[in-house]
Amino acid sequence: MARELRLAMIGAPNTGKTTFFNGLTGGRAKTANYPGVTVERRTGHFRTPHDRAVELIDLPGIYGLAGRTLDERVAVDAITGRIEGEAPPDLLLIFLDATHLRTHLHSVLELKSLGRPAVLVLNMMDLAERDGTKIDIEALEKALGIPVIPSNAARKSGREALIRRIDDILDDALQNPGPGHIHISARELKSLQSEARAIANSVILHETGMNTLTRRLDNIFLHPLLGPIILASILFLMFQAVYSWANIPMDLIDGFFGFLHDQAKQIRPDWLSSLLADGIIAGIGSVLIFLPQILILFAFILLLESSGYMGRAAFLMDELMRRAGLNGRAFIPLLSSFACAVPGIMAARTIESERDRLTTIMVAPLMTCSARLPVYTLVIAAFIPREKVWIFNQQGLVIFTLYLSGILSALIVAFILRKTVTKGETQPLLMELPSYKLPQLWDFVLGLWQRIWIFLRRAGTVIFTAVVALWVLASFPRGENGIRDSFAGMVGRVLEPIFHPIGFNLETVIALVPGMAAREVVVAAMGTVYALQGNEEEIAGSLSQILQNAWTLPSALSFLAWYVFAPQCFATIAMVRRETNSLNWTLFMVGYLFALAYIAAFITYRVALAFTG
Amino acid sequence: MSTKRRKLNELKRHEAGRVCGFASHNDAMVIKLREIGFAEGDEVEVLGRGLIGGTPISVRLNQTVIALRIPEAGLVEVDLTP
Repeated sequence: MARELRLAMIGAPNTGKTTFFNGLTGGRAKTANYPGVTVERRTGHFRTPHDRAVELIDLPGIYGLAGRTLDERVAVDAITGRIEGEAPPDLLLIFLDATHLRTHLHSVLELKSLGRPAVLVLNMMDLAERDGTKIDIEALEKALGIPVIPSNAARKSGREALIRRIDDILDDALQNPGPGHIHISARELKSLQSEARAIANSVILHETGMNTLTRRLDNIFLHPLLGPIILASILFLMFQAVYSWANIPMDLIDGFFGFLHDQAKQIRPDWLSSLLADGIIAGIGSVLIFLPQILILFAFILLLESSGYMGRAAFLMDELMRRAGLNGRAFIPLLSSFACAVPGIMAARTIESERDRLTTIMVAPLMTCSARLPVYTLVIAAFIPREKVWIFNQQGLVIFTLYLSGILSALIVAFILRKTVTKGETQPLLMELPSYKLPQLWDFVLGLWQRIWIFLRRAGTVIFTAVVALWVLASFPRGENGIRDSFAGMVGRVLEPIFHPIGFNLETVIALVPGMAAREVVVAAMGTVYALQGNEEEIAGSLSQILQNAWTLPSALSFLAWYVFAPQCFATIAMVRRETNSLNWTLFMVGYLFALAYIAAFITYRVALAFTG
Repeated sequence: MSTKRRKLNELKRHEAGRVCGFASHNDAMVIKLREIGFAEGDEVEVLGRGLIGGTPISVRLNQTVIALRIPEAGLVEVDLTP
C-alpha cells in the first residue's frame, strides 16, 4: 500500500483553516502535542477521489517566517521539516483570506520561497465577492507559479474545487519535492512586499473599501465609551445565562440521579449498595449536574471566538491589562481560563515576551474556571436565596462577585509580579482584528462537543477514581462515630486544626483532600462524605439541603472565598510545571495561591461572623 | 506640492494616508509590522482609539483592521497628501 501523504495547512490566523479542516475530515481530529512543546498538533484524515490516504495537519496561524512566539516557531519548523522525527509535509496548503489579499499576499511569497510544493487556497471567496472584490485567479496563478484554488471553506461546494484537483497537484508535488531554506530580513521582506503588491495590483480587477459591516460594528463595539459597556454587559449576560438557563436541565439531571440513588439503595449486600449509591452515584451525579452550566459557558466563549468579537475584547482590555503589566493578548488566555486554566495556560504561548507569558501563567488559575462552578453553585444554592434584586437574580449577583474577585486579584497579583519577580519591558501589541463573521454551526457543534467530551471523560476517570477511593477511605475501618473513625476521618482530624480558624468542619476538610485532584471533585467528595454519615432522611434530600443544616452562613462564605484562590487542581499544577519548565515557579504559584486562599477565607469568615453575631 | 509626513500615532480618528516608510531604530519590530502587512504605499486610516490615553489604536490597513499601541504606531510613517 502507498504511504499516507501529508498535507499541512498554513497561513495567517482567521483564514478559515479550522473550518476547512473540519469539513474535509468530518471533524474527526486527533489532538496531540509536538514533542517537547505544548503546541497543539491537530491531525485528521481523508481520501482523495483517486483513493489516496491523506493526513491533514492543522498548524497554528502565522503571518510569515519571522515568527517569534512558541506557536509560530513550531508552525515554521513543521513545514520546513525541522521537527525531530517528523518529515516535512508533502504539500503545503497555503491559506489566504481573499478579502485581505492585498495585505497578506507577501506571506504567500514568503512561504513559497521555501521551495516546498505548495497550493494557494484562496479562501472566503464568497465574502470577497459579496464585498464587490473581483480577482483574476488565472493571472494570480501565473504570477505565483503555484496552483490557486478559490474556495469557500464554510460550504461543501466551496471545498470541491480543491478535491477535484488534489490528485493532479499531488502527482506533481511528489515528482518535484523542493528543498527548504529560510532567510528573512527586513530588506528581503520589503522586496517581497513590493513584489506582492505589484501582483495584487494586477490580479485585483475590482476592489471596494473595507468590509462595511465590520466598519459599522467596530464603530459600536470599539467605541471608547460604548465598547467597554457592551463588553461588560456581554460578560454579565454570560454569567446570568449560566445561572438562569441551566435550571431546568439541572433539575432533570438531579432527579435522574436521585432516582438512580434510590434504586441502588435497594441492592444487597449493604456494602455494595453503599458503594454504588453513596460512592459512585452520589459522587458522579453531583458533578454531572453541572454539565448544562459548563455547556452554556463554553457556548458563549466559542461564539465570542468564532464571531471575531474576542479580538475586540482584547483591544478594549489592552490598556487596563498594560497598566497591570500584562498584554491585551493575555486577555484571550485569561478568558479561556474561565472555561479551564489548562488550555488557558497553553494559550499563553502566543505571548512573545517570556516575562509576560510567565506573569499570565501565574495569574491564569485566578480566573474562575468551570470546575469551580459546581462548587459555587452548590454552596450558593444552599445559602443564597433565589430572589431578585431589582432585575437581577441574587444568586447570579453573588457568582458575578466571585468572578470579579478572581479578575481583580489577578490584575493586582500581575501588577505586583511585574514590579518584582518578572520585572522588565512589556511586549508590544500588534494584532489583526478579524472581520466579523457568522459562526459556523458545524464548527460550533464540534468545538462544543470536544470540550464537553473532555469534561465527561474526566467525570468518568479522575472523578470516578477519586470518589471510589474516598468511599473506601471514608467507610473503613468502621467505628462508633461513623466517618470520624475511618482513615479519611483520621487525616481530616490531623488537618482540622489548620482549617478551624476559617470555619471548615471535619467533613469539609475530608472532602478538600481528594478535591486536590480537581476542584469539582470536592463536590463529589462531599456528596459521598455526607451520604455516608447521614441518616436515611437526610440522604433523601439533595446535597445542598444537607449543607444548609451542616454549615453556617459564615462557613459557607468562607468556603466560597477559599475556592476563589485555592490551586486545587493537579492538571493545572502539572501544566504550569511543563509550560514554565521550572519547579520553583510552580511551587511559587501553588504557595501564593494557598496563602491567598487562607487569608481570604479567614477574613471572610471573621467578618461574616461579626455581622451574623 | 509639499508632502505632509506624520507618524501613524499622530493621526486623528478617520484621518487617512499612505505608508511611506518605517523608523529605522527598531528593526525587529519593523519586521513584525511588515509581516502583519504594513508596506510602503498601503492605505492606512485610524478607525478608533481606546478610552484611556487614546491607546490602543485600531487602524485600517487596506481592507484589514490592525490593533497596535502608540509606540508601535510611532514606527510607521504616513504620507497624508491626498
